[in-house]
Parts: sequence; structure tokens; C-alpha cells
Amino acid sequence: MSMGLLRLLRGNKASAPVARERLQILLAHERGMRGQPDLLGVLREEILAVVSRHVTLDPTKVIVRLERGDEVSTLEVDIEVPNDFERKKVAVA
Amino acid sequence: MAKVLVVTSGKGGVGKTTTTAALGAALAQRGDKVVVVDFDVGLRNLDLVMGAERRVVFDLINVVQGVAKLPQALIKDKRLENLWLLPASQTRDKDALTEEGVGKVIDELRARFDWVICDSPAGIERGASMAMRFADEAVIVTNPEVSSVRDSDRIIGMLDSKTVRAEKGERVEKHILITRYDPSRAARGEMLTIEDILEILATPLLGIIPESQDVLRASNVGTPVTLSNADGAPARAYIDAARRLCGETVAMQVPTERKGFMDRLLRRRAA
Repeated sequence: MSMGLLRLLRGNKASAPVARERLQILLAHERGMRGQPDLLGVLREEILAVVSRHVTLDPTKVIVRLERGDEVSTLEVDIEVPNDFERKKVAVA
Repeated sequence: MAKVLVVTSGKGGVGKTTTTAALGAALAQRGDKVVVVDFDVGLRNLDLVMGAERRVVFDLINVVQGVAKLPQALIKDKRLENLWLLPASQTRDKDALTEEGVGKVIDELRARFDWVICDSPAGIERGASMAMRFADEAVIVTNPEVSSVRDSDRIIGMLDSKTVRAEKGERVEKHILITRYDPSRAARGEMLTIEDILEILATPLLGIIPESQDVLRASNVGTPVTLSNADGAPARAYIDAARRLCGETVAMQVPTERKGFMDRLLRRRAA
């Protein structure tokens, strides 16, 4: 079967409109970020500072991730807390 | 009044050097006095595309550092009376481009030429920022392809913030030049259209250079494409773009190859 006919049967989806939409979303975001400090870096530092007030943390065990969606984005903060966390908390209190 | 024009893109391989050579030759052919300056320190190629690779003695870095005087480093084109080349250094690294030194060279060039065309290296580092630093106008070379458009957007942001003009509250006049455009693929929805690109980048269009074998052929022989095949589609598109740079109003179109019936028949067979 020829490529042309195959494409016709599959509904011939043009890829350029997809490229256009992806670019528009991406660039709207990147233009907003220009000249701004690195948001994820700042969040990581500040979250680390808050949690460290109560728990002794290994800074390398704090992971901050941002997943951008069309409507909403999710911010995921993954903090590995040592097992003697409760004892330390009691000691502080 | 001399104009400093930077040819830039962010992304590599989109046609900055081809464009610098072609616009330089087209403007010189109109009678303006033109110098093309290679800012790609360490990876110079404008000399090769211009066919002057065997005549390079001194370069931009030598002039910036005061080792050579400007007239010693300028190479006169053998075909066009009004066209000159200032090559980049092949051995030094880009840190040798100091802002003060580049500024002095640009001032000297302004005094001698009508057009100073700066061929920027790819990327957003020192070589690229020095190439655009003193520009009055910019040609942003863009391919109809997502990564090229994204990088062009980034470069537009730099032109609006990191140039001397931007810092003085003036603006660098920006133009988009779309290269390697294939109208038939765009019509089939396989390639971003001109309208898509202009809407996304919100910058006026200088010209549309169609994908063509002329471009490779011209670089093979070391001749700007506007001189190697002046009747070809890319040459006509570059000549129109040069006229627009000079303020002429030229109807925008995508030039196509002028082909006879036999050519079309043969090409169809070959494909």
C-alpha cells in the first residue's frame, strides 16, 4: 500500500498545528521566567530551611520537582526524613 | 549613516553565515560599501563561504588586541568592489573578545562602511553577545522547525535587553528571515507556516528563503549565493531581502525555481 493511501486511511494528521501549539505554550512560560530567579532553586532552599528548623536533614535528600500541565501544574516535594525524627522532635519540645 | 546589522539565531546550522555572505554581496551590489565580520572565534567559516580562506593574514582578535591595524586585517572581495571581510581568529578563544576592544573596532568600521554585518556564532555566550552588542538592526535567521523558533525567541529577548541600544532605552530593529522553507510541505501541514512563525515571534518578516540546492553549491565553490546563481530562487529571495533592508517596499513572496517541463518530468522520475 502506498504511503499516501495509508495516511489517507489513518486520517492524515498534520503535525505543524501540534508544533505551533507546543511552541505557544512553551514560549509563554519561558518569556515569563526571563530575568526571574530560578523558582525551583529558591523553593528548594526555603523549604529546606523551614524543615531543618525542626528536623535534622540531609540536604541532598530533598527533591523538588515541577510538572507542568495544561490547566494546573503540580509541585512535588520529596523529603527523606531520618528514622530518629520523633525522638528529635521530643527533645526539641 | 553607517548601520551595524547582526545576523543571529541562537540555534546552529540554520543559515547565519550563508545569510551574512548573501546579504553582504547583495547590498554591495547595490553600491553600498559593506564589511562582513565573522564573530565565530575558534570556528570561523565566513572566510570559506566567501572564498577568501587562503587570503586570511590577520583577524578580528588581532585588531581587538592591537596586534594589527584594521586595514591590514580587512580582505577585499575579488568579485565586488564594495565588499570586504574581517575574518575571525581560528586559534584564539572567544574570551579574547573584550567589550571595549570590540566597541573600538565597530566604531572604526562605522567610519569606513555603510553596512557592518556581524555574523554571530550559535549559542548565547560571549561570541554571540558581542556580535549583537553594538547592533542597530538584527536579522534573526529562523528555520520552520520548533527548536529554531524557540531559540529565536530567546535571542529576541537578548536583543531587547543585552544590547547597547536596549540599555539606552532605544530599540534594535529586528527582522525575521525564514530559511530552508518548503512551501509544499507547509501546505500539507508538515511544516510550520510563515504565519505561525510570525505570530509566535511577533516580529516583522524580512524575507523567505526557499530550501534549495543552490545554497550548498554556492558554499562548495566559496561564492555568496546571490552571485553564484543570481537568477536562482534563494538569490532572488536574498536580493529582495536586501532591498527591504534599504527601506524599499518589495512584495513578499516565496520565489520558486524556474523549471521547464523536461526538468519537472526528470525530477519526478528521479524522486
